[in-house]
Amino acid sequence: MKYLDEYRDGDLAQKLAAEIHRVTTKPWTIMEVCGGQTHAIVKFGIDELLPQKITLIHGPGCPVCVTPLEVIDQALEIAARPEVIFTSFGDMLRVPGSTTDLLSVKATGGDVRIVYSPLDAVKIAAENPAREVVFFGVGFETTAPATAMAVYQAAQKGLKNFSLLISHVLVPPAIEALMSSPNCRVQAFLAAGHVCAVMGYEEYFPLVKTYRVPIVVTGFEPLDILHGILLTVQQLESGRAEVENQYVRAVSRGGNQPAQDLVKKVFKVVPRKWRGIGEIAQSGLGLSENYAAFDAARKFKVTDHHVEEPAECIAGLILQGQKKPHECPAFGTRCTPEHPFGATMVSSEGACAAYYRYRRHAAAQPWRPHERA
Amino acid sequence: MNAPDFNAACPLPIAHYSHVLMAHGGGGTLMHQLLEDVFGKAFSNPILDTRHDSAQFTVPPGKLAMTTDSYVVRPLFFPGGDIGSMAIHGTVNDLAMSGARPLYLTSAFIIEEGLPMETLWRVVCSMREAALKCGVQIVTGDTKVVDKGQGDGLFINTAGIGVIEHSQNIAPQNVQPGDVVIVSGDLGRHGMAIMALREGLQFESTIESDSAPVHEPVLELIQAGIEIHCLRDLTRGGLASALNEIAEAAGVNIAIEQKLIPVRDDVSAACEMLGLDPLHVANEGRFVAFIAAHDADRALELMRGHEVAAGSNVIGLVVAKSAPLVTVKSTLGVRRILDMPSGEQLPRIC
Repeated sequence: MKYLDEYRDGDLAQKLAAEIHRVTTKPWTIMEVCGGQTHAIVKFGIDELLPQKITLIHGPGCPVCVTPLEVIDQALEIAARPEVIFTSFGDMLRVPGSTTDLLSVKATGGDVRIVYSPLDAVKIAAENPAREVVFFGVGFETTAPATAMAVYQAAQKGLKNFSLLISHVLVPPAIEALMSSPNCRVQAFLAAGHVCAVMGYEEYFPLVKTYRVPIVVTGFEPLDILHGILLTVQQLESGRAEVENQYVRAVSRGGNQPAQDLVKKVFKVVPRKWRGIGEIAQSGLGLSENYAAFDAARKFKVTDHHVEEPAECIAGLILQGQKKPHECPAFGTRCTPEHPFGATMVSSEGACAAYYRYRRHAAAQPWRPHERA
Repeated sequence: MNAPDFNAACPLPIAHYSHVLMAHGGGGTLMHQLLEDVFGKAFSNPILDTRHDSAQFTVPPGKLAMTTDSYVVRPLFFPGGDIGSMAIHGTVNDLAMSGARPLYLTSAFIIEEGLPMETLWRVVCSMREAALKCGVQIVTGDTKVVDKGQGDGLFINTAGIGVIEHSQNIAPQNVQPGDVVIVSGDLGRHGMAIMALREGLQFESTIESDSAPVHEPVLELIQAGIEIHCLRDLTRGGLASALNEIAEAAGVNIAIEQKLIPVRDDVSAACEMLGLDPLHVANEGRFVAFIAAHDADRALELMRGHEVAAGSNVIGLVVAKSAPLVTVKSTLGVRRILDMPSGEQLPRIC
């Protein structure tokens, strides 16, 4: 497939892996921030091509995983209301709240619809003036511009029946929170290419300076990730800590200015709780005063949810890179994608889901290659 | 079997009502008219034409295979097929997977009040045409009409009977280490055709469903004496589900290779956009064959000689008796598990 196959080429991957082996002399721990990268790593087996000295740990960059339980519960409450058409990206539908999930709300009569773009939700609102249409706005800087555009268009059209349940989060404050934790083992980051396509990478210069940690903006295809790791290891081995851009085909230093402008217009930066991690200052987006009327939590008065996470779920430690999914005693036994304890087992970008899908037999049954010629 | 005066292109035979009414399922004259003028006319054959409550027929010697399937696809018409042709192909294919020659089908319609008569007629014509092509006869059926809002236009159930004229044991339990795994063509087209249509996704080219009957290549494999250990059609859940079910039933380790699995570029791109794996996506005209290694090359050649299986390819092999496991070698040469998809990948697609 054009623009993809060339970044999945096996021979080139082996060459990059060989180069990583050649330059690596010491043990290094690198975090890939984005869940999309985690899945590519596990799906293509990229970590198995690396020297044993390199440890990849999986970061908090899965928007579904870090959406707090209380926001999921708010979504469930709103979606169950008879006047509401609740729209969401498909991923959120199976994420367990404290009692149920959106799919179950749908099965028991809630009008829950999967959309591929927040603008589809605006369209549904325009077509159904007698119903309240709510969009579940989750995600990082990557999806924020589309959500902002939906709110902006709804305002332009004067739609009073559209609102947003918002839980947008920002990457740089999360990296800072991880780095300032005393338990942090991370020595370098692969930053999420798609986030940087929107935001550029100037935000990372202060982090690199403060924490002396290399940050390499990296794409999502196997060759991108291997190249990103190579650049990171080269920095670590030579004692440098710089912002570097591997993903030049999509990311410029300044990012996408019109998208940033729209986000700034519609949203304001707010403190945000991250599921499994806790509250991080200035780490989320909320509606700015001019657009406050589109706030679904306010409109439906669902602001006072306070719930506890299941005690057995270690998603928080996994999202901070302190544990790997298979180190959880419930992994693959009591906790599966069909009966998940936490969102990391559900989301298509969650680390637990990635390990479950691609690796769960690995410990019990080492693969013995036996190929047909 | 052909009604001489039948012409699928001719106007709708009953024009009294433009839409299906509750009375069309009520047992009275309207229902009689619907059965006679629509179903009776389109599906006419000597067995159906006797108008018994049950069809009577003689079967050739051999074991029989029997199957049933319900079709609820939305939308009813899609690029490459419709609910009618699919209801024939799907049941014919289920029979073919035990190596049976399909003979007779039943067809039951659950129609939502208000369905345009014209739509019903198009579906019925499509079923007639598909049945003719597959060499099967629709010998009995049923019609029910449900209240507006209680159905989704049209649901169809077909059951089928076929005769098994071979002595091979084609079943998952017969899969053995060393068996070669062959898929009969490119994967993921049906699921993505429906998805693109339902979600209004625009791609450069239209993805057409692969809906097709596959009994002919299967019967040829049998006639050629190919040692077939198992056949499975790759409908909901796609290749990944089929291989995992077989690994489970046979207690084997199946190893396939990503780069050997045919997937069209447009399907691959659409899956990439939506975060789907083509190996999890449904097909309606594809199957996987587990063939004894000594017959694999010949089987592949025979399959490729049929239009519906022209894209056949060897994708892997059965490695060993073991705890059930399916692995796929990535393009980087690393192996991973190929899992069954969890839950629903796509809204009603078949």
